[in-house]
Amino acid sequence: MVIDLDRCTGCQACVVACRQENNVSFAGEKEAKLGRAKFWMNLISEVKGTYPDVEMRFLPIPCMQCDHPPCTIVCPVAATYKNPEGIVAQVYPRCIGVRMCISNCPYTVRYFNWHAPSWPDDYKRGRNPDVYKRRKGITEKCNFCIQRIRKAKENAKREKRRIRDGEVIPACAETCPSEAIYFGDLNEPKSRVYRLSKSRRAFRLLEDLGTEPKVYYLKEGEWNDG
Amino acid sequence: MDSEAIARKYDRILTPMTRTGWKFWATVIPLSVIFLWSVLAFGWQYHWGLGETGMGHPVSWTLYLVNFVFFIGISHAGALVSAVLRITHAGWGTPFGRAAEAVTVFALAAGPTNILFDLGRSVRFYWVALHAQFKSPLLWDFTCIMTYFTVSLIFLYVLMVPDIGLLRERFPGRRWLYRPLSLGWTGTEKQWSILGKIIGILCVAVIPIAVSVHTVVSWVFGMQTQPMWHSTIFAPYFVVGAIYSGIAAIIVVTIALRKVYHLENYLKPYHFNNMGLLLLTFTLLWVYFTFAEHLTVGYGGGPAELAVLWSKLTGKYALLFWIMVTLCFVIPFPILIFKRTLPGLLVSSICIIIGMWIERYTIIIPSFIEPRLPYARGDYMPSWVEWSMTAGLLAGFTLAFVLFSKFFPVISIWETEKEEKEKEGHAKGE
Repeated sequence: MVIDLDRCTGCQACVVACRQENNVSFAGEKEAKLGRAKFWMNLISEVKGTYPDVEMRFLPIPCMQCDHPPCTIVCPVAATYKNPEGIVAQVYPRCIGVRMCISNCPYTVRYFNWHAPSWPDDYKRGRNPDVYKRRKGITEKCNFCIQRIRKAKENAKREKRRIRDGEVIPACAETCPSEAIYFGDLNEPKSRVYRLSKSRRAFRLLEDLGTEPKVYYLKEGEWNDG
Repeated sequence: MDSEAIARKYDRILTPMTRTGWKFWATVIPLSVIFLWSVLAFGWQYHWGLGETGMGHPVSWTLYLVNFVFFIGISHAGALVSAVLRITHAGWGTPFGRAAEAVTVFALAAGPTNILFDLGRSVRFYWVALHAQFKSPLLWDFTCIMTYFTVSLIFLYVLMVPDIGLLRERFPGRRWLYRPLSLGWTGTEKQWSILGKIIGILCVAVIPIAVSVHTVVSWVFGMQTQPMWHSTIFAPYFVVGAIYSGIAAIIVVTIALRKVYHLENYLKPYHFNNMGLLLLTFTLLWVYFTFAEHLTVGYGGGPAELAVLWSKLTGKYALLFWIMVTLCFVIPFPILIFKRTLPGLLVSSICIIIGMWIERYTIIIPSFIEPRLPYARGDYMPSWVEWSMTAGLLAGFTLAFVLFSKFFPVISIWETEKEEKEKEGHAKGE
């Protein structure tokens, strides 16, 4: 995944779409204040400077899907693992809620079900039937909309072909109005994400930890340069 | 000497086992109430979820982990100290042996229970064994703690067998308990030689196991990427801290037993003076490790580590941090140098126990409050559920000890007798 920070407007559509697609439950105002809100896709904003010279920056944070994930090795029951596609997957029925993966994630993108999940009543009908509804006491996380990848793979297999670049789009990328999020196969040199990840603007979060994140950011350009 | 004579001689140790006055009930009943209350609190948390605690994002490991490390630390006193003292033939350790080994077993029962409270799905705890993933430090923990628990239970039991043999003769009403436990002990020459061999093996075996346990407990933190946890000296630092709090716990327990059961003849100021010197050694070791750990981080630490360090030294956790330094060093150090009397030891040991609990707190929580990336920030305040569980654990620990002292002698009779004979032998030899 590549996220172009130059294009991000901070509209939070990705956060909403992700919640809708993946049945991410609502914590409610009171619980959110205690730090129980879940954001598989989280949008961080930062205000710089004081009026009138104010600058605002945005950073959408999904799971980084590290190539060397620190979270998977610490799980005592192997409830999380890096799958062959490179996605750090969570096996919900296996998870017993030790939360060591949460504490060992330097990006703090793993979330725990502190209570039984809940949704507003009129929202319940809109839940995605393709996605497991997590129970209380287990950990959950962004998985690049793995259900969409599965579907595309099945289609491709039926038609006896490889998945085309841009065929799979996670909910966040699909909904982004400014088209800031790109998704594809980083191993495929012809893909758009591969090209963008080699851009001079590309960087990754906490690269020095050696986790090899698979989410690349493209930093903002210097607009004053014209 | 026959059992009658021994029993009369050690009357002071045996009588408290049969008498239960109002003081006994005044201790046991409140403790049981607190313990049952914590069971209710656990039921509440189990039903509603871990959200009933003060935990959240990103502070996801808190008081339960603090208690876990703390109790496992206390457990180090026992088997380790009594094994080392036995191997080195330090006779002054004899009256502490039994109490120390019992502290180990009960603290080891209390410590890992916290992991059960901490799990999102507590009933599935056995999956750790069923679906073991050997790269996880938690699994190493599970393995080491289970081994240590088994070995220290055997250690406590084997060292009690001759005494149980005596009890079987003395208390006919409790034969149902003592007869199977005594394993047919009659004190023949052959039995003594087997016992000696087993104790020898156990003493040697228990030392590396005990060290491994707290090493691995420290690695649960040290192997992680959290700032200020990822430290190479965490293993010895934790082991030293564990033995430190453990010795303090033994001193508090034995002073209490001495007072309640009038064991002044067996636990003399001389014994406590030596225990105080041992405690003093560990005071110095602890302060050395603490200093080395924090100075290294302060000099070479990256921004994430420094943020945590300053939150401990001058920031949000400064109060707790400096209380810890005061309780673990500033108060006990002069007392242990100049005044190794019983009240002095009691005061410094209680300070150390509380201080070491705070130490675990200031190691675990601040790192969660300041993770590497500057966006996920949270706060933590323990909820009533967590405090109830902590109180329940302390109550359960004390209760187990009180009940133990009603069924088994808290000072090893056969070892005291043996030591006395050896002393007499020396006197005659000269």
